[in-house]
Amino acid sequence: MNPNYLSVPIENYIGLSAVMFFLGVVGVIVRRNPLIMLMSIELMFNAANLALVTFAKAWANNVGHIFAFLVITVAAAEAAIGLAIVVIVFRKAKNVDVDEIATLHG
Amino acid sequence: MIGFWVLAIALIGTAVFTITARKPVYSVVGLLGNFVALAIMYLTLQAEFLAVIQIVVYSGAILILFVFVIALLSSGTKAFDVGPDRAPAVVVPAAILGLVALGTIVFTIVRSPLAMPAGPNANLGATGTANAFGSVNDFGVALFTKNLLPFEITALILMVAVIGVVLLAGDDTPPMHRKPKARESNAPREPIAR
Repeated sequence: MNPNYLSVPIENYIGLSAVMFFLGVVGVIVRRNPLIMLMSIELMFNAANLALVTFAKAWANNVGHIFAFLVITVAAAEAAIGLAIVVIVFRKAKNVDVDEIATLHG
Repeated sequence: MIGFWVLAIALIGTAVFTITARKPVYSVVGLLGNFVALAIMYLTLQAEFLAVIQIVVYSGAILILFVFVIALLSSGTKAFDVGPDRAPAVVVPAAILGLVALGTIVFTIVRSPLAMPAGPNANLGATGTANAFGSVNDFGVALFTKNLLPFEITALILMVAVIGVVLLAGDDTPPMHRKPKARESNAPREPIAR
């Protein structure tokens, strides 16, 4: 048996990645809790990673793995900075409703 | 085949639970399930190192950070909770956005079939085989030889993030200008009688 045999067509993985990505988009658009918005962003990072790993497998080229590794690092940095911003905004405004926070609004 | 569909249903179900949960802690639990399912899916795609990293970094570090922040924000007098969602007001734009994006993806897939053969030099083996495609050995060699620059950029990104977080969340006043507390006053202490 060919070890590169993918029992599932690659379109399924890409479609799953797209569905996960748009669930993340919906989370960012609909929710007003900044923590859940950040978690939706993590969902989008993971969907992108799934697409990268799928393409790496399809082309048998591990540069996709390297790039997914880079994405995971960026996701970790983004989560740390985003959560720090949430914490200082909550400390100053006593409020975490993103519609009420307009300090950076030009 | 069955494994893929089980994992896909788990991924989508936990993602939906994450974005619809009432409290952030429930969202964290949903996201944890999502990450674990995704790590198993990485194993089926022969990305062994990424599966481990997914568990260690995402579930072990990022989610714990979320839990810490939720606990920190909820520790006041009032429970950490915000008002209702924006759902009724944004349904139409979200539906339009989703349909446009779905149409784009379907159009792209239909126009250019994605199935590609493996490269001629692909060194493929079962998951867990040393030196095969996707093994930790393969990933490490690729990371530290051909792709050393992205690795260094990773280090730079992490350092910038650490400095940024310290600047953002840290105390504004440097230690030497901080107002001395009562117990830490500069008055010389009485020598302890022996």
